[in-house]
Amino acid sequence: MNSTEPGASRVGGTVDLGPPRPTLTEAITIKLRTPAKLRNLELLLLVFAIGITGAAVVLVQLGAIGEIDTTVLIYGAGLGMLALGMHVVLRITAPDADPFILPIVVTLNGLGVAMIYRLDLAEGLAGWESAGIRQMVWTAIAMAIALAVLLVVRNHRVLARYRYVAMLVGIGLLLLPMLPGIGQTINGARLWIQLGPFSFQPGEIGKIALAVFFAGYLVTARESLSMVGRSFLGMRFPRGKDLGPILIVWLAAMAVLVFQRDLGTSLLYFGLFLVMIYVATSRLSWVLLGLGLFVSGALIASQTLSYVNARFAAWLGAFDPENYDAIGGSYQLVQGLFGLANGGLIGTGLGQGRPNIVPLAESDFIIASLGEELGLVGLFAILGLYLLFVARGFRIGFNGTDDFGRLLAVGLAFVIALQVFVVIGGVTRVIPLTGLTTPFLAAGGSSLVANWIIAALLLRLSDTVRHQPRLVVTDDE
Amino acid sequence: MNKELRRISIASLAMFVALFVSTSVIQVFEVDELRADPRNVRTLYESYSAERGPILLNGTPIAQSVAVDTPFAFLRQYPEPAVYAPVTGYFTLNQGNTGVEGAYNDFLTGTANEQFLDQLGALVTGQRPRGAAVQLTIDPVVQQEAYDALGNLKGAVVAIEPSTGRILAMVSTPSFDPNRLAAHDTESVLAAYDELLADPNDPLVNRTISGDLYFPGSTFKVLVAAAAFDSGRFTPEDAFPNPARLALPLSTDTITNSNGGTCGSEATVTIATALRLSCNIPFAELGVALGEDTLAEYTEAFGFGTTFEVPMEATPSSFPTGLDDAQLMLSSFGQYDVRVTPLQVALISAAIANGGNLMQPTLLDRIIAPDLSIVEQPEATLSSQPISRITAETMTQLMVDGVANGAASNARIEGVAVAGKTGTAENGDDAPYTLWFTGFAPADNPQVAIAVVVEDGGGRGQSGSGNQIAAPIAKRVLEAVLSR
Repeated sequence: MNSTEPGASRVGGTVDLGPPRPTLTEAITIKLRTPAKLRNLELLLLVFAIGITGAAVVLVQLGAIGEIDTTVLIYGAGLGMLALGMHVVLRITAPDADPFILPIVVTLNGLGVAMIYRLDLAEGLAGWESAGIRQMVWTAIAMAIALAVLLVVRNHRVLARYRYVAMLVGIGLLLLPMLPGIGQTINGARLWIQLGPFSFQPGEIGKIALAVFFAGYLVTARESLSMVGRSFLGMRFPRGKDLGPILIVWLAAMAVLVFQRDLGTSLLYFGLFLVMIYVATSRLSWVLLGLGLFVSGALIASQTLSYVNARFAAWLGAFDPENYDAIGGSYQLVQGLFGLANGGLIGTGLGQGRPNIVPLAESDFIIASLGEELGLVGLFAILGLYLLFVARGFRIGFNGTDDFGRLLAVGLAFVIALQVFVVIGGVTRVIPLTGLTTPFLAAGGSSLVANWIIAALLLRLSDTVRHQPRLVVTDDE
Repeated sequence: MNKELRRISIASLAMFVALFVSTSVIQVFEVDELRADPRNVRTLYESYSAERGPILLNGTPIAQSVAVDTPFAFLRQYPEPAVYAPVTGYFTLNQGNTGVEGAYNDFLTGTANEQFLDQLGALVTGQRPRGAAVQLTIDPVVQQEAYDALGNLKGAVVAIEPSTGRILAMVSTPSFDPNRLAAHDTESVLAAYDELLADPNDPLVNRTISGDLYFPGSTFKVLVAAAAFDSGRFTPEDAFPNPARLALPLSTDTITNSNGGTCGSEATVTIATALRLSCNIPFAELGVALGEDTLAEYTEAFGFGTTFEVPMEATPSSFPTGLDDAQLMLSSFGQYDVRVTPLQVALISAAIANGGNLMQPTLLDRIIAPDLSIVEQPEATLSSQPISRITAETMTQLMVDGVANGAASNARIEGVAVAGKTGTAENGDDAPYTLWFTGFAPADNPQVAIAVVVEDGGGRGQSGSGNQIAAPIAKRVLEAVLSR
């Protein structure tokens, strides 16, 4: 606005327009184009995040084997370089992106790798047998895919155009594990597909596709979903013919519950849909309707499906010997609690605890492993990182300019929040245990790839928020 | 849209708050409960990886952990296994711990709440936590003498310092070798454990404080006489009829004195004489005169019914209730259903020796942290005051007389006034007797109170007596204390 450009070069023209004044666009560009500050902050935090990860790996080595193994550190340094590469790409393609998202994700991913590597050491695994090495490779793949997303999706609005493709892809991925031949049942849940040596959890990617579809669909359908309907008990309920979408999503969630045998995944998809339809239509009645449907479905399932019933019994009576000794009972849950108790307030220190006693300590129960060695203090820090990540996502929802982008950001951020709640809540007995993975921390390629894509999309969305002149922002309320 | 977003934000925050609360509850408030769960193998592993503190006597270990090259890092060793096994108990990898090893496990492993700051320090400095050392009150010379004096007999010795309650000796025979149970080879440990458990002589039982308990026999007369005088209703010179046989009310059975005749040659006999000569009939008469309630009151005051923690829990001794006259007569000389531990019998003598003040018995001298700071050092505490100082003095005189001129003659020590009382308890028609001695020395300045019990009549069936078998053992132990 207060440009001090003398504009002397123009004065030589034939028409004297007086002292040159910057156009509005120029002025805003001048004010808002201060990306260097954001990116410098990001760089600082990123270096810090990489430092924390490196320190964690060193501590793990000192604690578990008493010496420093440089090969793993070199791999880790490679990943750190990749993260810095991503930072450089952000400087070029999304200079106004949120500076906290990348460092948070790198810290969580790094802590996860350190813990998985630590569990490998406890089990004496090495090479490709080692889940930690595999997790590092997957981290590299996930970061590469996230980079590709950042480079390809230059404008998120393009995604809205592909909403029905996203729907098909989402539902397809969701149902893929049910196909005979490639579908695979692990720990009772049919959430995986097996392709050659790789097993993959397609639902992880599916949740992103569905979030894109929900955002695109709801932006167009919100008028009819929110304006019409009849009043009941002081609340406006939708017309029967508008119930189609919610019923379809509900049926899909129930199908996941019944055929894929996983309450958590089912809850995740349905919760995502409910939150997005609520934000899009401002109608609480949708949420009540949806919750009613889901809870009644889950209750019926808990009575009729033995595995849901067993999960509830293991949750409520974890310490009862009959549940503890039952196959698929509460043994894992109780051992996880023992691990957390062993950590206490300050933890045993990395490499000093015995997290490997808990089955699936590197995936489903990685939070118990971290809680044992980093203590309550460490868990609070991890939860704080997740909370900050989710808050940055919601911030895009608050400040965004286009409703598709706002909805998508809220949906993606909420998916992370809900997933963290379902997994950690399951491990700490807030809710029954389910088969979801802890975002960024748990061992597993599909989960890593999916969550890195979410991070990339949020980075892209946040860049557009800051890119818009604030003067033009109009709140739709 | 923003209003809805705010609500969703609040809902998400609430989900995180739930997680903050749930993790806090588990990692702070439920920690003790979760750690104590028997299914928590971490607690077990912790006890291996930390260097377990030693159990010391005057700085010399009777149990210690030495570094070995097995996954368990440390092996528990007992240099004098049999002598101290009843005290130390055993430490096993996963079959539980007994004795001091069990009772002070938290301190020995370094996980007691009192050692929290040390744990924190170890975490910061990266050192493996080490357990505290537990120093006991046992006097190794006295303990060894008591063990040797019992020899191959089945029985127990407890020696206590009357003024403090410090236990100077705690011997139970036959003993066992805890080294066999501390081994790292689970199979051999289980085999050794099964063998010890199946042994009919019950070597794993610490007879001084647990097991099936004993009839106190005539040693119980000390308590009955003390109750009679302390109640103010009788003096030592009060006399009772002196028949050679006394019919039990409502029964065809009769009571006799141990010599089969009268207690002295007079028509009546004083309580003092009856105690000195250990006659049953006068005490049966005295017991009925005192009544069940008075005896119940005094037994309780002397510690019956109390679970002493030394720190191992001692089985409470018991005096029966709801007695008819016949049962009360039998109970008055320690038969019928009076059940005692040797610790309890020693405590009766200790209370008399200490002017009527019963001190809390303990094995613990102090607990010493790895940095040599003192974690715990109990002071002598009064447990109860069963009798007055005057009653205690009266009893002391009578018990000195019992050793000098009476039935406990084998406990005499040249130049020292020993107070004592023998006992020969019956265990049924043909069963061998249980032989007792209890007392203290020197009578004018008691340094030690003692109880000795020998099972199975000391190998002499029904022909042995407390004075023959138990009193000489006591004498050796008393001398060991007095010559310190």
